[in-house]
Amino acid sequence: MDQRETELLEYVQNGGQVETDDWMPDEYRARLIKFIEMHGNSELMGVLPEREWILRAPTLQRKLALTAKVQDEVGHSQLIYRVVEDLGKPRERCLDDLISGKSKFHNVFHYPTKTWGDVGVIAWLVDAAAIISQKALLKCSYAPYARIMKKICWEESFHILHGRDVVLTMMLGTDEQRELVQEALNRWWGPLMQFHGNPIPKEDDPMYIWRIKSQGNGEARQQFLDGYVPQIWELGLSVPDPNLRKRDDGVWEFTEPDWAELKHVVTGHGPQTAERLELRRTTREETAWVRQAVLAEAA
Amino acid sequence: MIWEVFRQERRGQAFAHAGSVEAPNLAFADDYAREQFGRRGESVALWVVPRDSVHAIEDFVDELQKNYHRVDGYPLKEKLAKARERAATA
Repeated sequence: MDQRETELLEYVQNGGQVETDDWMPDEYRARLIKFIEMHGNSELMGVLPEREWILRAPTLQRKLALTAKVQDEVGHSQLIYRVVEDLGKPRERCLDDLISGKSKFHNVFHYPTKTWGDVGVIAWLVDAAAIISQKALLKCSYAPYARIMKKICWEESFHILHGRDVVLTMMLGTDEQRELVQEALNRWWGPLMQFHGNPIPKEDDPMYIWRIKSQGNGEARQQFLDGYVPQIWELGLSVPDPNLRKRDDGVWEFTEPDWAELKHVVTGHGPQTAERLELRRTTREETAWVRQAVLAEAA
Repeated sequence: MIWEVFRQERRGQAFAHAGSVEAPNLAFADDYAREQFGRRGESVALWVVPRDSVHAIEDFVDELQKNYHRVDGYPLKEKLAKARERAATA
């Protein structure tokens, strides 16, 4: 590492922030692009499990709320891909790499949404897990990403409201409805526990070393458990992990998440990976004429 | 083409940079800016500006040490302490 790189590393470790036009080491730029692009991909792919339920939503209000959430998430992906573009990778190339499977997206978006219960659990708990990661990005050493995260966190907090409302409504309903929520929670618990990644000590995590992330994976998972397990329990739901408990010192113990499953899923082998990427690919082809017409008219 | 978007949260407040949108012309930039930064009532006004039109200044050279323009040009604390000391002994 040359002197300029060392200085930048020290600068970000002391809380300094980097702007688009500032000089930055190649490694830092490459890590930013990979991480932020993966976030953009996840926002874009994250709407597909929910999209499947727009036509099947139980009321008009729910249909509108779900449509609005989908619009929010696509908007996030646009804002995030803009940040990636300014770092040097055009949006079209991000989409190429997403569809070809070269780049990744979050594990939770590789799974099916079987019932309306899944929609509630996703909006409540998947978005809750995501907002914990995203809040830690408000302090990201790359300032344009940190700034846009402020708007994204604000909108995600709306989604948690929506998800919680869906879950509460079902928990106040029939036994069958309550059972749908419990089944959905059982399905999603594993992926949720894997969501924040393997518990690599943050001092060894290059994402923390460059202060792209401001907290370790294990810390994020603890924060999730601390914030949401009591909320799950108070509704009379049970968490499908016999080893889950909070120690006297406040630390949560749990069954080790299935890291092999996480790796298998995010490398493109999840139950819905192929189908969802195929949908992305065909819709991109089907809407190509719209982009061509718009760009031709503007030229 | 990249457009920088500035938003005003309430009347009377300063416009602050909100983010950027990519759009082929002003009509699309207008639509995208409204969708991204105005649809939840979070803004009362937006400025949408082609990125190329923003002239950025980042170097503030002070060759002549003109600290009389700045707060650090007036180290009152020490002087005040001395003045109080002197007044007490007078």
